[in-house]
Amino acid sequence: MTPLHFSPHMRLAELISANHNLILILPRLGISLGFGDRSVREVCVQYDVPEDFFLLLCNVYSFEDYRPGRKEIEHTDMHLLAHYLRKSHQDYLDRLKHIERHLQQLAGQVEPKYGQLLTGFYEEYQQEVIEHFDCEEKIVFPYMQQLEDGGTMPEGTEGFSIARFKHVHGNVHDKLNDLTGIIFKYLPGNVFPKESIELIFDIFQISIDLDRHTLVENKVLVPYVEHLERIRK
Amino acid sequence: MTVQGKYSVLIVEPSEIIVEGLLSILKESHRFDCLHPLTDGAFLADSIAGSRPDLLLVNPTLFPVSGKNSLRAILQTSPSTIPVAIVYQYVEHALLDSSRMVLDIRCPREEMLTSLMDILQEKPQPKTLADIDYELSEREKDVLALVAKGLINKEIADRLNISVHTVITHRKNIVRKTGIKTVAGLTVYALMRGIIQ
Repeated sequence: MTPLHFSPHMRLAELISANHNLILILPRLGISLGFGDRSVREVCVQYDVPEDFFLLLCNVYSFEDYRPGRKEIEHTDMHLLAHYLRKSHQDYLDRLKHIERHLQQLAGQVEPKYGQLLTGFYEEYQQEVIEHFDCEEKIVFPYMQQLEDGGTMPEGTEGFSIARFKHVHGNVHDKLNDLTGIIFKYLPGNVFPKESIELIFDIFQISIDLDRHTLVENKVLVPYVEHLERIRK
Repeated sequence: MTVQGKYSVLIVEPSEIIVEGLLSILKESHRFDCLHPLTDGAFLADSIAGSRPDLLLVNPTLFPVSGKNSLRAILQTSPSTIPVAIVYQYVEHALLDSSRMVLDIRCPREEMLTSLMDILQEKPQPKTLADIDYELSEREKDVLALVAKGLINKEIADRLNISVHTVITHRKNIVRKTGIKTVAGLTVYALMRGIIQ
């Protein structure tokens, strides 16, 4: 690992100062706040999280150009990967619900036809995200688990391969970016800037995070499952 | 621009017929100074780093979409060069992303010269953000209306009687001007702006 990336001897607090968004990773791995000045290694031991896996996530989250090599993927303890991704999904769905409530409030305050456009667009988007996550949880993760443990393929994963997933795995944040643009640039008669601004900030935040989530899937999940496929053959 | 007030042009295209044809049209207009054409992308990086042409007429299928041999990467050695993709068949969208304009070589010669001069005269890039025109042109609105109705590029091209590549150029401009990328987002925009009912 190059010195530019995070290492196990750094204090966890330093990582968070370097990239505030990392704080979102902690609850998904069961790590509580109040970690004081403990190092990454100490915190990982305390919460029984593989240190290499934790650093891999933090590095992918924080350094756009960072792409773990094949060796790093092969040697990392990934037993929490599916758990982490499921927790992330739940987190996003909760936050999307929260955004939906705010959006409905805003939509109720502008001309009804524009309000309906906004909520319609958002509902369609939310449905897409739900289906996207669903596909991962019902097919990709069980498939990965089966490759790890051996045994027969679970139902619904026959003939599946990670190459197919890679092919159809689209990003889920373009539409969110469009939504913020529509709200602040084009929504006519939007005289409620305070609500709009709060809403837009919520969307910006989740949009950044979803973008990182896609990176974790593309840079960690996909190469890891490819590795499992290779050793099973 | 060269001393004689001409724009320097480099052509990268494997077909001799097309290269000859382009050279003949360009030379006839007396506005262009044509550099020795290349038949493949192998030496493009060296060539443009040295000659820094104003215009690069390039067959996009000669380059990979990404990586150090992609057109985008090569162009970094000469940022002032305007890349124009020359096409005469269907070309994957991703390959056209690094070009500022798509030139369908089947278009009439006047149209070809006008569009090349237009893009050259756009240079230098607007100095302030306020100079950039964000208003959609009437043609772009036509395209947007059809995109919003769910038509695919081929259908839009047939409806408006233009080539698929022209549709793609319009779509790129619409995305650039509105900042909206997805079809669903563009539909909402078109409805809010009254471009469609």
